Amino acid sequence: MTETYDTIIIGAGSVGVPTAFNLARAGVRTLVLDERPSPGQGSNKAAIGGVRATHSDPAKIRLNLRSLEILSTWQATYGDDIEWNTGGYVFVAYREREEKILKELLVIQKAFGLNIDWLDREAMLALLPDLNPVDLLGGTYSPDDGHCSTLLTSHAFYEHARAAGAKFRFNEHVTGLKVEGGKVEGIATDKGAYSAPVVINAAGAWANSIHRVLDPALPSTDLPSYQFTSLPVYPDSHEAAITEPVARFMHPMVVDIRPAPGSTNYYFYQHYTGQIVFCITPSPNLWGEDRRETSSFLPMVAQRMIDLMPRLANIRVRRTWRGLYPMTPDGSPLVGWSREIEGYLLAVGMCGQGFMLGPGLGELLTRMALQQTTADDAESLDILSPYREFKGMEKLK
Amino acid sequence: MAEYRILHHPILAVESRTGVTFYWQGRELLAQQGETIASALFAAGIRVFGHHPKDGSPQGIFCANGQCAQCLVLADGMPVKSCMEVVRPGVRVEPVEGLPELPQIPRNQVSAEKPGFSLHEIEELEVPVLIIGGGPAGMSAAIQLGQRGIKTLLVDDKGRLGGKLVLQTHRFFGSINAVYAGTRGIDIATKLESQVRGHEAVEIWLNSTALAVFSDGKVGILRGIPSQSLQGDFAEVAAISNHRDSYVLLKPQVLLVAAGAREKSLAFRGNTLPGVYGAGAFQTLVNRDLVRAAERLFIVGGGNVGLIAGYHALQAGIEVVGLVEALPECGGYKVHRDKLHRMGVPIYTSHTILSANGAEQVESVTIAQVDGKFKPIPGTEKSFACDTVLIAVGLDPVNEFYAKAQEFGLTAFAAGDAEEIAEASAAMFSGKIKGLEIAQALGHDVGEIPPDWYRTADILRSKPGQVIEERIPAEDTGIFPVFHCSQEIPCNPCTSVCTQGLIHIDESDIRTVPQFIAEQVDKQCIGCEKCVTVCPGLAITLADYRKDAEHPTVTIPYEFLRESIKAGDSVTVLDASGEALGNVEVTRVRAAKANDHTLLVQVKAPREYAKRIAGIQIQEQWVAEPMDHYVERLTDDTVVCRCERVTAGEIRDLIRRGFRDLNEIKAVTRAGMGSCGSKTCNALIHRLFRDEGVAYGEVTDATRRPLFMEVPLGVFAGVTKE
Repeated sequence: MTETYDTIIIGAGSVGVPTAFNLARAGVRTLVLDERPSPGQGSNKAAIGGVRATHSDPAKIRLNLRSLEILSTWQATYGDDIEWNTGGYVFVAYREREEKILKELLVIQKAFGLNIDWLDREAMLALLPDLNPVDLLGGTYSPDDGHCSTLLTSHAFYEHARAAGAKFRFNEHVTGLKVEGGKVEGIATDKGAYSAPVVINAAGAWANSIHRVLDPALPSTDLPSYQFTSLPVYPDSHEAAITEPVARFMHPMVVDIRPAPGSTNYYFYQHYTGQIVFCITPSPNLWGEDRRETSSFLPMVAQRMIDLMPRLANIRVRRTWRGLYPMTPDGSPLVGWSREIEGYLLAVGMCGQGFMLGPGLGELLTRMALQQTTADDAESLDILSPYREFKGMEKLK
Repeated sequence: MAEYRILHHPILAVESRTGVTFYWQGRELLAQQGETIASALFAAGIRVFGHHPKDGSPQGIFCANGQCAQCLVLADGMPVKSCMEVVRPGVRVEPVEGLPELPQIPRNQVSAEKPGFSLHEIEELEVPVLIIGGGPAGMSAAIQLGQRGIKTLLVDDKGRLGGKLVLQTHRFFGSINAVYAGTRGIDIATKLESQVRGHEAVEIWLNSTALAVFSDGKVGILRGIPSQSLQGDFAEVAAISNHRDSYVLLKPQVLLVAAGAREKSLAFRGNTLPGVYGAGAFQTLVNRDLVRAAERLFIVGGGNVGLIAGYHALQAGIEVVGLVEALPECGGYKVHRDKLHRMGVPIYTSHTILSANGAEQVESVTIAQVDGKFKPIPGTEKSFACDTVLIAVGLDPVNEFYAKAQEFGLTAFAAGDAEEIAEASAAMFSGKIKGLEIAQALGHDVGEIPPDWYRTADILRSKPGQVIEERIPAEDTGIFPVFHCSQEIPCNPCTSVCTQGLIHIDESDIRTVPQFIAEQVDKQCIGCEKCVTVCPGLAITLADYRKDAEHPTVTIPYEFLRESIKAGDSVTVLDASGEALGNVEVTRVRAAKANDHTLLVQVKAPREYAKRIAGIQIQEQWVAEPMDHYVERLTDDTVVCRCERVTAGEIRDLIRRGFRDLNEIKAVTRAGMGSCGSKTCNALIHRLFRDEGVAYGEVTDATRRPLFMEVPLGVFAGVTKE
């Protein structure tokens, strides 16, 4: 017999788990399906854990302000230690080019009321005494941003979601959406079928692989015309690493946006438990799902980090890994109801920010499912619409 | 101040080395030149190296092999693994209490704003063959490749070639034709090394550690600079940590992983107390560094590793209080077991360890008998005073590099323990075969690899076979050898040394026990004693009835200090299984050969039991007496993940809550995320699943990611001191 739910979420990751948590607490019968054996095993565990509201568009700012509020108060509210630290974010400037970019952005960010300011060279060195002082101009500092453990966070959401009644099924491969008369009927998997009037695609880098319509009522020859064109979500791979833990010597996430051969930017912070966690954005992008370790990552990132903070020469690297950024043509997520299939909700293309967006987005998706969206939500959803015009989309395709 | 050093050893040469002054918590101590900080501290009686930042538990030596980070200390402010770091003159060593401070860097002498180092590109090299591991398998393969002029790079993380051979003071089993049976491990290491070094095509990098195999077919190596070339510049170099090592990316056409094995661990209360460590770690401290690491030792595990470690301990003058084996019989060779038992070490089969006891380090051990399901039987608990508990419960292949190489489609081979856990004799032979297979893979014509090589390899790898009854010869005239060898194991050195050809083992399968065939060939034993000397199991004696048939002379092999026995002494002699037969008089002690270390002890024994004598008791019975009361360790501190201090109880609880993915257990508890990278806890967690009745197929294993060793970030940036 087919199990029936109010909502099925595909993907027990950064977006799916917080969404299940909110839906279940709102009394919605929720099922989460994931092909991996436990929650957060896709890109969630590969994320390094930074959360900032200091973006430049209102949708992301709004969602992340909410994420910051949820995560920074999580332990007080729910009791679980997610290793949160309100360490802030720093974007450093060593050249006029970056100073100009950051200062221009600062105007927009301040207009949204974000707590972010320019620190001059001396103030920056006072905040981060280990920064390389040579040619340092200053940078932005947003003290309300922070970081936490992605592993503990998604697990905390998962446990509370289950306690609230959400069901999770792992090791189960979704084969497609069941659609009847233009409406979502449910989901077919390799192990069975589930029915629900609402299906949320939160499959991250693998969003396209489940974005298929299975409609037994249609002759197979008609299927192609009925199927979606694929979603404009293109995973690219980033490599990250963690060190041994050492006594606290820095608080903020440090971001260096100077492009260099092989990378566009990199960032690192000291985790609550003492380890330095770092990540690099490769240039050109490494499109695809390859997450096997490369020999080029450590030499490249080490040069850049030690140049920026020479003291890091002494910290010992413990482990490396790769994670996928589900990119969209304009770098913003795709969130919204399908116009072709009623009841099919897209929450994909987080562009590497799924972890920070997740808690706020989980609440927004819940309001959408319950049809309780606000005027602010409407503005956000307009910005994040999957049907918006992308600049440069042709080029990327 | 007391020095815990081995000053006399029956097998190993004790050389006097230059003293090096260093400081521990401000106290001046004396190390020997070239020794590691860990060994120098042990030699000074210091076994607690710090306390864990999470729960304050005492930390000390565990692997002594650079694989974990239990032995972390601060050397001039820099956190280092004390088991790998050589003592530098004047170095100030401090315990690690809590999280260490990230050390500052030296400043540029011209501009203080700049660091005192520069960054460099990482060197990349192409090599036809890369061998990871210079132990018996890696060296044997390198010799084959070198003979054919195939350029080969052999890397090893230690300061000398040989792998674990250099720790083995005993004679090896195996085939005298195929491998070096009858020769001591340390001597085999020297022989293989000189052969390897004789081939120009083979380049050797010592102190060089493999860090990762990458998806682009490159292998990351931390290339060490030999410590002697660093003399004088230590302090300066130390200021930028391990940056005397350089990172090199190698691109091999063929990779051979011969990285050996790592020791399995065991979960019991008190299992992370300083003083609980692996048998391999013990052999490193005792046989390589000549440190008297323990006063009273208890061994867990009756495989060859545990049995041999016990023997090595006795040779080093360390009391061995007992050995527990959970199975009804020891898994190691019977000759090893018998030898240890004869020397006065009780072997408790069907027993398990319940706890190691003590506050800061091991003070005693508690064991109990187990039932058929390996559950401890209440009321059978016993405790023994001891300061060290050796864990010798088996080995796991160091196969992460091979696994990655396969995943990434490299042309790769594995040999020795990295392929399959077996004796070193098997490792040598498998390395030899792999060497030829690699030559073939590179397109060299090596002819057909003889099919019987593969059969020999299988025989050398085989587990000990059945036990047959000891065959004591019926005659009591003349002179003849008595074989106390009663188990089918791959071993045949005795057959080759008999000048008269009187000892026979079927060459097609050397696992059978030796036959004395004097009658068949119609020749006489001449009493040359060569068979007595060569037997790796010390399981051959010589009975001589010619002078006095009522009190025949029995020649017994003896591998203890010469000063410990002399003519005229009264000694307790025992039969093969360790039963005391009586006290007899020593009539003569002599060395078999000038350059060997086996002594031949002759005793005059009564005719009734002369032929049954297999050995001489070494350790007095009182040494092995249990304590009056057994010690119950009340704290449930059975630790599974030592690095992150995760207990068996926590993980068992998650398994009972339905966790089936090791990655999820890792996410919640951090088990496996520590310094060693799950090398120790992975198998223990799988075992907890088994104990909880969860089928292996239901469990998802943890994802393995490099690095397989922690390395300073600066190394990857090519940091070089200005």
